[in-house]
Formats: sequence, structure tokens, C-alpha cells
Amino acid sequence: MSLSMRCKWWSIGRAALVLAALLIGAAANAQLRIEIRSGVERPIPMAIVPFGWNGGGAAAPFDLAGLVTADLGNSGRFDPIPESDMLSRPTRPADINFNDWQILDVDVVLIGELTEDAADRYTIVFQLFDVLRGEQLLGFRLSTARADLRAAGHQIADIVYEELTGIPGVFSTSIAYVNETRNPDGSQRFRLIVADSDGENSRVIADSPDPLMSPAWSPDGRRIAYVSFEGENSAVYVQTLRTGTRDRVSSREGVNSAPAFSPDGRRLALTLSRDGNLDIYTIDLATQVSRRLTQSSSIDTEPTWSEDGESIYFTSDRAGGPQIYRIPSVPPVDRAERVTFEGSYNARPRVSPDGDSLAVVHRNQDNYRIATVDPDTGLVQVLTNGRLDESPSFAPNGAQIIYATREGSRGVLASVSSDGRIRRQIASVAGDVREPVWSPYPRP
Amino acid sequence: MTRLKLLSVSLAIAFVAAGCGGSGGTVPDEGTGGAAIPDDGGGADDSSSAGVVTTGLPGPGGSDISALTPQERTLVTENLVVYFEFDRSDVRSDFNAMLAAHGQLLATNPGVSVRLEGHADERGTREYNIGLGERRSQSVRQILLLQGAAAAQLATVSYGEERPAVFGSDEGSWSLNRRVELIYEQ
Repeated sequence: MSLSMRCKWWSIGRAALVLAALLIGAAANAQLRIEIRSGVERPIPMAIVPFGWNGGGAAAPFDLAGLVTADLGNSGRFDPIPESDMLSRPTRPADINFNDWQILDVDVVLIGELTEDAADRYTIVFQLFDVLRGEQLLGFRLSTARADLRAAGHQIADIVYEELTGIPGVFSTSIAYVNETRNPDGSQRFRLIVADSDGENSRVIADSPDPLMSPAWSPDGRRIAYVSFEGENSAVYVQTLRTGTRDRVSSREGVNSAPAFSPDGRRLALTLSRDGNLDIYTIDLATQVSRRLTQSSSIDTEPTWSEDGESIYFTSDRAGGPQIYRIPSVPPVDRAERVTFEGSYNARPRVSPDGDSLAVVHRNQDNYRIATVDPDTGLVQVLTNGRLDESPSFAPNGAQIIYATREGSRGVLASVSSDGRIRRQIASVAGDVREPVWSPYPRP
Repeated sequence: MTRLKLLSVSLAIAFVAAGCGGSGGTVPDEGTGGAAIPDDGGGADDSSSAGVVTTGLPGPGGSDISALTPQERTLVTENLVVYFEFDRSDVRSDFNAMLAAHGQLLATNPGVSVRLEGHADERGTREYNIGLGERRSQSVRQILLLQGAAAAQLATVSYGEERPAVFGSDEGSWSLNRRVELIYEQ
């Protein structure tokens, strides 16, 4: 009896690990909802006028202006006025009456039109105007298929955002994160999810009764490395998003964890254990050759690459509590250079895209918070005010950091601007969400 | 009675191991020293399932465990969790007697093996907690080895904070989550 029961349990456990191809997998409903907790002191007042529609049917197949309004509004840097306040709804430059917008104290107006050219072929024209000067700031034409209208909306938001802030937008990027739900019997279910940066369009890429953790993007955004405990031991996998196929990169005895792609995408830094001692290694993904970088009796883990790929930052408790250290990414490693000195706990470093800053988890009294550290001076700036904040990840423009925090006992995501001024909470619809990682910019 | 219970548990698990026994399990990493290490899991395209538990054939079951006192037998069958202090991985002295009993059971029953699952509370980063859980399971492993268990009888895994025993964010829950569970396998 116990034989069949246990075997059955095993086969269910294995069957439950489903891999969904990113593009053909069934799209889950939007799982995250963004809410601004604090924005810049004076967000730019703007109007995003509903786009005109030239095509069959009464309504456009997609509300582009609504998406751009959500993107820009959720960034915390803009204050889009509600549609109901608008005195006119121009869709072409000749129709704009700038007085209508000056009365509303709006600085800029975005207008546009969506036109159906042929079956599943659309053209979007959009223009941004400076209300005070009455002149056009930019104008673009985009051609797209119906399935890509959402992506086109994010692209429009990116272009407007960069024009007005000088910072490249990240609305077209994605985030990966781990979702944990509990079944009625108390057992856990882990899902690795990829979603648009606004939390919409979420797709489950791995689903398992055993823990999934530590997702990491490849620099081209096409693969994700992660840790899975299927089969009762940890292993590191690299999964190709488009196909859903994956390679088991490391399943040695002991710990296989904390993968991080090198900037050229050819190597993985990771944590392996021998006799229970965690050390930093790299694995060449093409040749499978692995190299050991640390040899201490401490916990050495959470490796991450410098932007030039020459160094690896990692967490080590070799001096007592966990602190950040830096080593060359290729042996010989003569010594590890300690980077953080402020505070008793600094862990899980992530390097900013320009390499000038590290985001870390910093213990402040009994609270774990996200901080940035200057890798040259060790200067710490605490950015968040949670109790158990963790897993910071830079947006590819370096202007925001997404991280995991708690709301009550629930795991939720949040983001903070790198200067600490803008904070957003990203609530999950079901279960705990955590370990968010921001994708690189999409590549055509 | 305790003896019967324990033996029946270990026999049942032995049957399971024989019934479900996986092929293609993970190969133990034989240390070679130097920078390169053997890659036993590399490159395998693995879209279905993997990381199968290494299972051997059932050992000689029914070994004599009468060397254990009744008190020790209780320790072994009913005390399967070792708890730890915050951010510590050294075994508290109040668990010495319990682990001594487990060690002796393993020493006198070479066919029995135990899986040591290390865990951490939710505070601190997830990967660092994997390290902490691993270190805790190794602390327990060292004690069992000193008590005469053979290395082949002991497997370790760290789940960090991913598999809490109790869901909660207070010291009461945390203290129950900082633990090593002893799971007898065959």
C-alpha cells in the first residue's frame, strides 16, 4: 500500500511540472496591479487624448491611449488628466486648440490615430505637443499587427517618456518573478512567471510542487536561468523562453544555486557546494567547463557580474556577518576585496547598468531594506522602508529598482527610483510574489 | 513496539525505493581538486523532469537495534527535527542526546539512510539562507558521523526559507522554521 501511494505521489509530482512555451502558452490573467505610493514632487501634467479609430467596427481593437496613460501615470513622473476633464478630443494636429489645454494647466498633449490598413495590419500615428509653445515635440508612425498593439502602446510610452524625462523608458521590458500559492492541503505550488513590466500579459514558464527560485535573465532577454528543487535536490536550469525547452546546467551533489549570466551571455556564475561549503564558480555554457573562484570555509553566494564582465561581486560571511566582496571573474583569484563596511548585513548585490552602483539588501536595526552602495567608496544609501525587503533588480535604464516586500504577511513586489523618490507597490492577485528580475531591453 | 514501528517504516521505504527507483540519478561529485570540477549534469536537454533522487537497493533490513535504550528509541522515532538559533548553524547542546541516538541507530543499521533537510527562517536573502540551511544540515551530518554513521547513509539538502514548517512572521514561527529535519529513507 505504501508502495503504490508513494509512487503515485511521485508521478503526480513529476507530471505537475509543466513547462509552457512563452509564446504559445496560455496567457494567464493580469496578476499584478501597480499603485503609486510616492511620486516626484511635481509630476508633469499632461493629456493623453483617446486615439482616433479609422477602421471596421465602432471601437478600436485596442485602447492605446489607455495603455500609455497607465504606463506614464504609473511611472510616478507624470500626472495625466482624466479623459472626462478634456474640453476637446483632437486626433490630428490641425484639430488641437491649445487654449483648451492651457486652461487645464497641461504642459504636453499626446494625440494619435489608429488605422486599419488591411486584414491584421494597422498603422499608428502619434504626435506630442508642447502646449505653451504650441509646437510639436515629436511625431511617429508605427505599423503593426493586432497581436502587437499592446507592445506598440508600450513603445509609444517609451518614446514619450524619454522625450520628456531624458531617461529611456522601460515600458517595453519584462519582469520575471516567482509566485507561490498554497493548496487547500497546505502544500506549496511554485510558478515562474514572465510578464510585461506593467504586470499584464503574464505567462507561466515553469510550474512545480517543489521550490523554484533565483530567476536570472540572459543579456539578450531570450533565456532565463533558475533553480528548481524538482527531484528533491537543487539544480540550475537555463530555459529558452520562445520554445520552453531547457538545459540542466548543474545538478551536482549539494547546493546548485544563484545563477547569473555573464554580460556576453556565454558563462554562468553560480554557487555550488562541496562538503556543505558554498563557493562561487563559473560554468562556460558552450563547453560545460566550470571554474572555481572562491575557496573559503564561509558561505560565498549570490554572485553577480560587473558590467564589463571582468569582476564578480558576491555575498560572503567570511568576516562574520554577510558582506559584499569583489573578485576577478577568471582565476587566479588572489584575494577577495571587501566592498561593504557599513552595517552588519549587506547581501545579494546587483550591479547598476552603468556599473556605478550596487543594489543590495541591507539590514537596518532588525529590518531588511534595499540600499544602493557605491562600490568604490562603500557609501550606503537606504532606499526603502520595509521590514523584509529583498531581491533588488535594476531596470535596464538604471532609474528604477524592482524588489520584493511584504504587505501584511503577503509577499508583494514594489519598485523604487534609484534616488528613492518614487515608490510603487505592485500587488499580486493570487498568492505570494517575489524575486522579481527586470529584463534587459527587448531586442528586435 | 517502537522497534517494530521503526523497522516497518524503514522496510516500507525500502520497498518504495525498489519500486520507484530512478535510473539516471545524480552522480556524486568525486572531488578532483583544482579549479575544474566534473560536470555530471551539464548539457542534458531536460524538458520533462530531472534531478531524480539517487536510490540504491534496499540494504539488509531488520538489523538489531536492541542496543538502543527505550529512551533512545523514543528519541529516534519521535524526535526528527533539530532547531537552531537565529543566524547560527551550531547544534544546541540540548539536541546532543537525540542526535547521539540517531547516530547509533545508523551505525547499527547500515542499511538505513537518512536525508538531512536544512532550513532557515524567512529573514535575510533567499540564497544566503540556502547557505545557512546547508551549513545546518552539515552540522547535523558531522555529529551523526562522529556517532558512527557512515557517509553513504547521509544525504543533505538545503531548502533555505522555501519550505517553512510554519507560515508566519514572528519569532514563534521563525524558531520553528530554523531547523534540520531528519527523514529516514530506506
